[in-house]
Amino acid sequence: MLRLSGIRQRYGAKQVLALDRFAAAAGEHWLVLGASGSGKTTLLNLIAGLLAPSEGEIAVGGQILAMLEGAALDRWRGRNVGIVPQKLHLVSSLSVLDNLLLAPYLAGLSSDKARAASLLEKLNLKENSKAKPHQLSHGQAQRVAVARAVMNRPKLLLADEPTANLDDAHCEQALDLLQDQAGECGATLIVATHDQRAKARFDKRLELGA
Amino acid sequence: MTLAGISLAYLRARPLATALNLLLLALGVATITVLLLATAQLEGRMGRDARGIDLVAGAKGSPMQLVLSAVFHIDAPAGNIPLADALALARNRAVKKAIPLALGDSFRGYRIVGTNHDYPAHYGARVASGRLWSGPMEAVLGAEVASASALAVGASFAGAHGLGEGGEVHAEEPFKVTGIFASTGTVLDRLVLTSVESVWEVHEHAGQPAGGKEITALLIQYATPLAAAMLPRQVNATATLQAASPAYESARLFRMIGVGVDVLRAFGLVLVLAAGLSVFIALLNALEDRRYDLAVMRMLGAGRGRLMSLMLFEGAALALAGGAAGIVLGHLLTELLGRALGQARRAAVTGWTWQPAEFWLLGLALAVGLAAALLPAWRAYRADVAPILAEG
Repeated sequence: MLRLSGIRQRYGAKQVLALDRFAAAAGEHWLVLGASGSGKTTLLNLIAGLLAPSEGEIAVGGQILAMLEGAALDRWRGRNVGIVPQKLHLVSSLSVLDNLLLAPYLAGLSSDKARAASLLEKLNLKENSKAKPHQLSHGQAQRVAVARAVMNRPKLLLADEPTANLDDAHCEQALDLLQDQAGECGATLIVATHDQRAKARFDKRLELGA
Repeated sequence: MTLAGISLAYLRARPLATALNLLLLALGVATITVLLLATAQLEGRMGRDARGIDLVAGAKGSPMQLVLSAVFHIDAPAGNIPLADALALARNRAVKKAIPLALGDSFRGYRIVGTNHDYPAHYGARVASGRLWSGPMEAVLGAEVASASALAVGASFAGAHGLGEGGEVHAEEPFKVTGIFASTGTVLDRLVLTSVESVWEVHEHAGQPAGGKEITALLIQYATPLAAAMLPRQVNATATLQAASPAYESARLFRMIGVGVDVLRAFGLVLVLAAGLSVFIALLNALEDRRYDLAVMRMLGAGRGRLMSLMLFEGAALALAGGAAGIVLGHLLTELLGRALGQARRAAVTGWTWQPAEFWLLGLALAVGLAAALLPAWRAYRADVAPILAEG
């Protein structure tokens, strides 16, 4: 499903990531652990095709990312990769519902209002569907961000530091949410974090910058 | 969920900036629209009033005044000319048609013109009710005079001396309305026509010295194009007459007005450009606020071209809305202006007509909006997503 080989990522002369080999099968849940600055976010960006590696090859579901470029790469990402960025980045001028509908629209898929409604229902956000992002609590906003990431039933679900600044109870909830949603669409889940509390829940772990 | 929907959501999210931009654009476009409509109608109206009149002969003085008083009926005549001289000129072989005009009185601010039946025929006027004048003290009303005075066929009215309101009333010499003209869209609508003899009669009874008979002006149509080279000089060589060309004098008038029109048009353009600058700054600021949103859209699958068109669409939507509002506003203002001028019973304008140039105006607004959106759109196109998503 996911295969990386010989990855080197440099900014100028500085090497920020070196990963010789990494592979994940479909439906597996992986934890990428590492201190800040160890290249976790860079790794997620590489897998999502938001960055191109300085060296090495990345394949997702048989698609070699280097073969795609421009709008085709953006479109491939929209259809195959769900991303929950650390800062969530909901679109502030759109309602919660429209934030979800943005995902199929921008990926060039047909608008699936039923899917959006059922996700909002399942994530306990039905009351908030017309709210603007700034009216949401952090927990609600995170649920919206996850719902947006799984709108298009991606093959790959990526989450960057989903438990940062959360207490233990909310930390558990956030990880539950990601694992449940990844499970529902059969997506491979990759969670990048420096949070040791997450360790116990994942038997597949990749440690960076050791 | 469409590109347009997203753009509009952003515009709604900044109501103050959006309203300011719309207002600036609308004011600029409205200014130019008013000028377009007013000058086109004024030129059209003057063209219709002067059509087929090659030369005006009248008392010596300013040729512009002669044309304004005898053709457009918006100025007082400089004086009268002896009937004998006018008749001599009318018999000239270079003259195809000569229409006499005797001015001097008015009815509620509308001029009473003594003339013959050639004058309404020249403007293709049709009698809507009643008949043309034939006997003494019979008069036919122009369409606007009839509707403003509410006089019907058979009614009587008294003329007042002079061409403005408030002159001495010739109450002992009432006119009788024998007919009413259908509207012609020319100066005829604002005139009361009667025979030259009736005008003389009023003034003889009013105790003015009869002396030799006089009229005010002669409207002349040339028999041949050659007459244009020779007739004006002949007329001006006489002791009592002067000739003026309506075409030349109205062109001269428009050249004088034209300076003011150009200044106003430049002012309108400056407003439109200022609006463009304001849209530019608003979009550039919005881009600063929106770099995360744009990065997220890339993350969700939108290509660079998509983001660029989003910004361009926003500029275009603002410009088109502002331009359309400006054109509507321009029409409303022109109509109000026309009504205000209508009170003075001068060449009135209406806002309920269209000029093809207005489409160009909309095009100009659109071009300004797109130009203003170009740099922000380019920046959105160039933005590097990964670092923007990582900060926050």
